[in-house]
Amino acid sequence: MSESTLVGGQLFNGISVASILLLAALGLALSFGLMRVINMAHGEMLMMGGYLAYVSTSLFGKGAGFFVGLAFAFVGTALFGALLEMTLIRRLYGRPLDTLLATWGVSLILQQAARSIFGPVGVEVTAPAWLGGSLSLGGTALTGFALPAVRVFIIVLAALVLAGMALLLARTRLGLLVRAVHQNRAMAEALGANTRAVDLIVFSLGTGIAGLAGAALALIAPVTPTVGSSYIVYAFLVVIVGGLGSLAGTLFAALAIGVFSAVTQIFTNISVADVLLLVAVIAFLQVRPRGIVTQRSRALEEA
Amino acid sequence: MQVSALLARMCAGLVVVSFLSTLAPEATSATEDTVKVGVLHSLTGTMAISEVTVKNATLLAIDQINATGGVMGKKIVPVIEDGASDPSMFAQKAQKLVQQDGVATVFGGWTSASRKAMLPVFERFHGLLWYPVQFEGNECSPDIMYSGAQPNQQILPALQWAEQKGNKSIFLLGSDYVFPRTANLILKKHIEHDGGTVAGEEYVPLGGSDFSAVINKIKVAKPQMIFSTLNGDSNVSFFKQMAAAGLPSSKLPVMSFSIAEQEAKAIGPSLLEGSYAAWNYFESIPGPENKKFVAAYQAKYPGSPVDDPMAHGYVDVYSWAAAVKKAGSFDIDKVRKAASTLSFSDVGMGETKFASNQSLIQTAYVGQLDPAGQFKILWHSKGPVAPVPYDPLSFPGKSCVL
Repeated sequence: MSESTLVGGQLFNGISVASILLLAALGLALSFGLMRVINMAHGEMLMMGGYLAYVSTSLFGKGAGFFVGLAFAFVGTALFGALLEMTLIRRLYGRPLDTLLATWGVSLILQQAARSIFGPVGVEVTAPAWLGGSLSLGGTALTGFALPAVRVFIIVLAALVLAGMALLLARTRLGLLVRAVHQNRAMAEALGANTRAVDLIVFSLGTGIAGLAGAALALIAPVTPTVGSSYIVYAFLVVIVGGLGSLAGTLFAALAIGVFSAVTQIFTNISVADVLLLVAVIAFLQVRPRGIVTQRSRALEEA
Repeated sequence: MQVSALLARMCAGLVVVSFLSTLAPEATSATEDTVKVGVLHSLTGTMAISEVTVKNATLLAIDQINATGGVMGKKIVPVIEDGASDPSMFAQKAQKLVQQDGVATVFGGWTSASRKAMLPVFERFHGLLWYPVQFEGNECSPDIMYSGAQPNQQILPALQWAEQKGNKSIFLLGSDYVFPRTANLILKKHIEHDGGTVAGEEYVPLGGSDFSAVINKIKVAKPQMIFSTLNGDSNVSFFKQMAAAGLPSSKLPVMSFSIAEQEAKAIGPSLLEGSYAAWNYFESIPGPENKKFVAAYQAKYPGSPVDDPMAHGYVDVYSWAAAVKKAGSFDIDKVRKAASTLSFSDVGMGETKFASNQSLIQTAYVGQLDPAGQFKILWHSKGPVAPVPYDPLSFPGKSCVL
């Protein structure tokens, strides 16, 4: 194995990290972009998804159980998101700082709840056997670098979710409503769009995707009560670098951050790579304060 | 099942703690026939999983000594405090124990951060702390009895064993905090001194879960063995991702310094099977003394494995009691001087004895994890190893004279 495979391997790792970031950030981008709600408990939706997948694999065995777990994680966290929206977020509209504090409180409550129920030590979700292996590519820059099947699976999952979201936004009536509310909330409301329902659906869809991300993440790392807090910062980075409320921007930002971090790790260790990443993000925001994809939206301009 | 067992254990622990803390005020009013000692561990927070069991082992020793008449005719009354996985809380509670409760001595601490936070308290108020966990050395205080391994009793014997097995190229991997950094500094000096090569050195933030880049670098460096000072949950991510990348322990062996029976059980032995660990005690050590110790512990706390820091916590109490008996006094200076003249062999760790630098003279073991979560002992040092707090290769000219 040579230097070129190290570079090739790191590119793959970058894309793999990017796919996880994308899954973690998509829901955040949706609710942040549309509702300007900073959901500090978004990371805990990830955690909840992970634990749901764990519960389901322990109930149904690790083969089918994991796919049941994915569905479980999506539906469960989406329902929880809907509950959160109805009981809390909705009542704090237009008060971003209060929302921040309240959702942070929710995140602490959820973390402690997980600690009380599942214990402080991480639980493990075992991948189905066919995901346990690795694929090797001969004759390319990746010769000798085995691609772990789980990581390939997560990349495919992220791509599917992204495509699904894009279709939903571009092709369905719900998507039309979401875009209308995003562009001009007051006007959409005046034209008869039920913005409350749109908010509710978008928020719970966003948390559902986070739950899915958590379940996927459980394949490569343990599910711990604090797993969410280690991803929330990166998810926010992706959303801000990508530009508020833009799917394409979120995708580009996730790729940029994942690959940047992986490539810098060729020369240095992960701690320094993190520092370099944050410096790069700060520098980038000096040049493009509104992120990669700037959307013209009255909702955002009023902010 | 494991989760519910864990929960049950935690609840049981909490009940014991709250029960005993209600007893504590009574103890304050107790008379000449009791003596108070502090037991200071994290009973809540991230470290609780490891420290609650050490607290249990400490209480077991206290119970046993009380059952045979106590020390110098006095019953030992433990005052249990929670360090809450927070170094500043450890310092605060240490001060409370020494000043307010007037305890004769304190048993406790786990992380180096907690020990470093307590050290000035014990030095200022002249208390005595018995510290049960292996650590990075490079510290020497008259107010601490270090029963956990010094580097030359754990990591260096492990290196020696690995080199004997023909492993010349070693990759150093750790969580990013004081113990792994110092341990690897010492390891690097010794690997180079012995003519081996350090194939790489990587650190991951505590709790870090992305090992893709590290594993990629390991693949390029092609070491013969990995020495891991990763802590806690990072181990799960690391072993999982190594297996997914086609490098299970059977292909590229890993020697861990922070995985004992407790951690193996929590992480899941199947994931770690075949990996190595170096300690001064394993539950699987043969002999009647160890059998007795394990049976006594499991009679009190069923279903719980026994590991190295627990054995040290247990030995500490017996060492203190024996030293008090020998000194004929609870006076701290007399006790610590007496401690270094006694030897013990009742836990199955072989013969152990405190050296004049207040660290424990003890045997080093290397074991390999089996699917049941027990270590098969592969090697042990020829007799007990004298503790060296300052490694002469890494910290030349420094020594610990008390």
